[in-house]
Amino acid sequence: MKTLADLREIREKAKREMAQREQTARYRIVVAMGTCGIAAGARSVMSAILDELNKRHITDTVVTQTGCLGYCDQEPLVQVMQPDQTTITYGKVTPEVARAVVSEHIVNHKIITNHVFLQK
Amino acid sequence: MRELALHILDIVTNSIEAQASRIIIAVDESVRDNRLRIRIKDNGRGMSQELIDRVLDPFVTTRTTRPVGMGLSLLLQAATDCEGGLKISSALGRGTLVDVHFKLNSLNRMPLGEIGATLSNLCIASPDIHFYYRHSTDSGRFVFDSFWLLAQMAARNCMLYTLAGESEQRIREGVLAISSVA
Repeated sequence: MKTLADLREIREKAKREMAQREQTARYRIVVAMGTCGIAAGARSVMSAILDELNKRHITDTVVTQTGCLGYCDQEPLVQVMQPDQTTITYGKVTPEVARAVVSEHIVNHKIITNHVFLQK
Repeated sequence: MRELALHILDIVTNSIEAQASRIIIAVDESVRDNRLRIRIKDNGRGMSQELIDRVLDPFVTTRTTRPVGMGLSLLLQAATDCEGGLKISSALGRGTLVDVHFKLNSLNRMPLGEIGATLSNLCIASPDIHFYYRHSTDSGRFVFDSFWLLAQMAARNCMLYTLAGESEQRIREGVLAISSVA
C-alpha cells in the first residue's frame, strides 16, 4: 500500500514529465470534440490516432481535444500543429484517414493534400 | 448520438471548455427503481442563472456567443424520450452539475455504449484534468480515476497513449463485471 505522500510524489513526477513532453513535442494533434464532431465520429478518430501513435512508438507528438471549430459540416476535424507553427486542418476524417495522418504526416512529414480542409 | 457514452463525452467537453480542473462522472443503475442516472460535476467557471435558463433551448443558444451548443438539449431530448429528465445546477465561479436520468427499461433508452473509449480518450487528451468515474449498480461499484493513468505512465516511463487500449479495456471490464442491463 502506498502512502499519500507516495501518491503525491507520483503525481508530481507525472506532471513534470507531461510538461516536459509538451515542451519537446514536435507535433500537436488536436481532435475537435464539439457536439458536431462527436456525432460525426470524433471519438473513433481519436482512438485510431492514439492506437497508431502507440503502434509506431512515436514519442514527439501530443494529442489533445478541443470544442467546436465552427465548421460543423466538415466534422470530424483533426488539426496538426507543425514544428514551424503552421496548422493543417483535415476535414471529414475517418479512422482510416486518421491513421494515415499519423503514418504520413507525423512519421513521413508529408501532408495528405486530398484531405486538407484548411491550411494556415 | 447513439450511445450515452457519447453524450457523456459531449457534456464533459463543455466542462473542459469551462476550464474545469476536476470532473466527476457518476453513473447509477438501479433495476429496483428502474432508473439510470448520470451526473457530471465540474469545478469550471459555472453559469449564470440567465445562461442556465437558455442552455436547454437549442434555438436560443448559439456557440458563437456562448461556449455551449446543442449538446445539452440533445441530452434533454434523449431523457424525455425515456420518461426521464435533466437538471442543471450551476453557480458562477463554482462549477456545474448536470444531472440526467432515464427509465432504465425504456425501449427508447440508448445503451451506455463504449464508456471505456470515452473515458480513456478524455483522460489522455486532457492529462491536466483530474477525472473520476464512479459506476454503481444493484450488485456493486466500479471506480476509475485518471490518476491511475498518470501513475502507470510514471512507473513504466511510457507515453500516455501507450495506455489507451489498456485503460479502455480496464473500464469496459470493470463496468461489465457489475452490470445488470446497461
